[in-house]
This record gives sequence, structure tokens and C-alpha cells, in this order.
Amino acid sequence: MRDVAVIGVGCTEFGEHWGTSFRDLFVNAGALALEDAGVTGEKIDALYVGNMSAGRFVEQEHIGALIADYAGLASNNVPSTRVEAACASGGLAFRQAVIAVASGMEDIVVAAGVEKMTDVGTGASVDMLASAADREWEGFAGATFPGLYAMIANDYMHRYPLTREQLAQVAVKNHENGARNPIAQFQNRITVDTVLNSSLVADPLRLFDCSPITDGAAAVVVVPLERAREFTDSPVRVLASAQASDTISLHDRRDISTLDATVAAGRRAFAQAGLTHKEIDMVEVHDCFTIAEICAIEDLGFCKKGEAGRLTADGATALNGEIPVNTSGGLKACGHPVGATGIKQIYEIVSQLRGEAGGRQVDAEIGMAHNVGGTGATVVVHILGA
Amino acid sequence: MSVSRFWRKIPQRYNLVGTQCTTCGRHFFPPRSLCPDCRRSGEITDHKFTGEGTVVTYTVIRSASDQFEHTTPYVLAIVELDEGPRLTTQVACSPEEAKIGMRVKSVFRRIAADGESGTIHYGTKFVPAE
Repeated sequence: MRDVAVIGVGCTEFGEHWGTSFRDLFVNAGALALEDAGVTGEKIDALYVGNMSAGRFVEQEHIGALIADYAGLASNNVPSTRVEAACASGGLAFRQAVIAVASGMEDIVVAAGVEKMTDVGTGASVDMLASAADREWEGFAGATFPGLYAMIANDYMHRYPLTREQLAQVAVKNHENGARNPIAQFQNRITVDTVLNSSLVADPLRLFDCSPITDGAAAVVVVPLERAREFTDSPVRVLASAQASDTISLHDRRDISTLDATVAAGRRAFAQAGLTHKEIDMVEVHDCFTIAEICAIEDLGFCKKGEAGRLTADGATALNGEIPVNTSGGLKACGHPVGATGIKQIYEIVSQLRGEAGGRQVDAEIGMAHNVGGTGATVVVHILGA
Repeated sequence: MSVSRFWRKIPQRYNLVGTQCTTCGRHFFPPRSLCPDCRRSGEITDHKFTGEGTVVTYTVIRSASDQFEHTTPYVLAIVELDEGPRLTTQVACSPEEAKIGMRVKSVFRRIAADGESGTIHYGTKFVPAE
């Protein structure tokens, strides 16, 4: 196995891109990543694209070929593969690219993620997102995605000391970070009252507990570490790449409030990298809902079960805290174009490790990305080091 | 959901028929045709559940997909059947009535419809047992 490094990253602004098509979103992100890496298109050996549901959002399948074509890579017949694991599609595409390079099969590989969600109405996108859970036995009964996470929140709050205000503080903190991120969908600061006064979506979760519907794309370039210096003076090493599965349905989990796949992927990643929690300087976690960030912090092992609410309220996860979580603004404020999110997390960590994160810069040499598909049926964890 | 996809699971949806692995005794609802513990050495047979259970967790859905929007707000729950397995279901009660630990029993109800002229989906909901 070869060591792998990220040599370039690119990301579109996240938001409602009424004027930009699915393919143009990708092309824009890809061009930024290649320019950043100093690589020209004809050198690319392979492409992995994370995408959850173009088939339903824009009625387009065969995404790998479409992307290769409009990225100008079809003339070289570059192999291009779509990777799908619901909201973890991006993280999984990155992992496939890392595996391809580590194995020695490919040298210069692009990992990308893209989702165009605003071409359909809200009701339709709620329905599509629900297909990340079990369509026949959760969706059929009327389960929505916020509804499933709301059931996690209710179970959690029934068993552990988490207040509604502490939960709101997750969104407040992520908006604070988003306000410092020029690509974030929401660059406005909010208060606990903003969250508590927003409309109920699925009790106890309110509108400001939920990540938004977003258009966006992100891309990164990975190469063998031994070749990284050909392209950049500041390569970022991939120290661990781990993945885990769990039951598709929330009701079949061992514990409703613990994402066992996060626990497993986290442990595998720490073991691969040979690192302890204290050595991680920042984490991008999958905060599709505020409760998801609370569970992620605990299930990755940064604190005991039941403590993440207090940790958040105490500011330990803020930019200047002990362990900054979601410096990008997370899914909540940066936005959540589902297939692109996992790649945006890598983009954020690389930006931070290179010292290019501007107003949200933290002091970091090692960062972790945590990307979740569905309610925890797929989890991908990566650790990167400067 | 297409007509054939719905029709295929009518006994399970209408009558709470799941499965049981007779090798290890474990019950499954939603039904499984492969026991995750015994795998290929497991023997799977149909099993009709009594329909009695307990609410493990719940929420009140205020914003739903187009199919369910007209029924909001509704109580959605994970119910643990007395035989062991858990399922996701609606509980036909007011949002204020819903509680973790509440005893419930299954009833036959209309779940949703595919538009004005499409298939009407019937199935199982739960109601408070007392």
C-alpha cells in the first residue's frame, strides 16, 4: 500500500444556484481543484464522483460518464465512476480515490461530489431524502428524514442530560463559523432564540436544527505521497480512511442514540493512523441535524455519551475551543448538497491545514472528517495530516 | 409506491405478518428472508405478531413529503413488539398523548394514497392500548 496525499482542492459556493446546471456545478469545482493542484486534465488517471440522487433530483443517471464528458475527459477515455451512499456519497468517493492510489492502480485521481437539489420542490426533496432510509418500512409509514433524527433526539433527551438550549447552541456555533466562510450558504449569525422560535419540523427539532437544501459541488486531487512534491509544496497526507455499515433502518439499531457505524469507523481510523483523540486538532462532523453533531462528537470518542451538549454549551467545540468542530459551518450553515458534503469536508480540512481558512482559521496540523449516509447505515471517517 | 410493490407485501402490511428463524427463534418485523445470526443455516417461516408493543421513541411530524402533507401533524414512532422486533409506524393519537414507554396495539388503517386517483395504501398503525 502506498501513502496518499491531497494536492489540490476546489469547491463551488454552496447555496441555491438557480442559474447553474448539475454539470456546470461539477465543472466549476473540478476546474478549481485542478488549478489548485497545478494539474492539467490530460494527466488524470481516474475520476470518482459522489452523488446521491441525480436520477430523482434532475432525472439524470450515468453521472460518471456525463461528468467525464463535460469535464473534457471523455476524449482521453478517462475512467469515471459514480459512488453512492446517500449523504455519505462524497466521503465514499474520496475513499475510493484513496484506495485506487494506495493500491498502485492509479496515480492522479480526482474525487468529487455534486448535488443539484433545488430543481424540485420542497415536498419532492423531502421524499427523495427519505429514500436514504428504508423506503418500504420507514418511508411507507410516513417517516421523513428530520423525523428519524427527531426520534434519535427524543430517545437521547429521554436518557441523557441534554437541554433544548444546548442543542440549539450547535446551530448557533455552526452559523458563527459559516459567517466566516465565503462559500457557506448561510453567512449570518443566529442566537439560541432564533432556533427556539423557528417552526417545528419534527418535535423536538425545529427549522434551525436542520441542514438546508443546497446546490453545490466540490473536488479534490489525490496522488501517491512520493509524487506529491511534483505538484505542490504543501501536500496533505491521508493518515486514515475507514468505513463502516449498520442496519438501514433506525428501528433495527442496537441503540437508537448511538451510531455504531460511527463508533466502528472512528475506531478503525484512529487505529490506522496510530493517533489518539488528543492529537486531532479539528473535526468536520456530519451535522445534518443538531442532534447528529452531538451524537457524532460522542460516538467518535471525543467525550463520553451524554456530555457533548455541555461541551458545546461551554464552547469547547467553537473555533477557539479545545476541539473545533465544523469550522466550515458544517452542514447546517455551510449547506448540504448531499453528494458534495463529504468532499467539502476534505476541502475544509485541507484549507485549515494549509493555513488558508481566513477568518475561521484554527491552529491545526491534523484534521478528521466524518460523513454519514442515512441515519447511520454508512459512515466514512478520514484523518488528514499536514 | 407502484401497485405491484405495494401488493406484494399486503399480508405483512395489513396483518402484521413477519417472519421467524426457527433455528434460533428470533422474530423479524419488518420481515427478513435471511436470519442475520444464522444466515444460510437459518430456517425462516412466517409469523403473525400479536400487535402489542411499547413506544421506544417518537416524534410529531409537522412537515412531510407530498403524500403525507395533508395528514400533518401526525405521531411517528418506533414501537417494540412484545415478541422483540421494532418497527417504524404511526401512532393514531394526539401529539400531547404520545409518550415514551406508552403501551400500544396495532390497528388496520389507511396510510396514504398515490394522488387523487392512485392506489390507496392501507396498512398497520398503532393506537394507545389503554
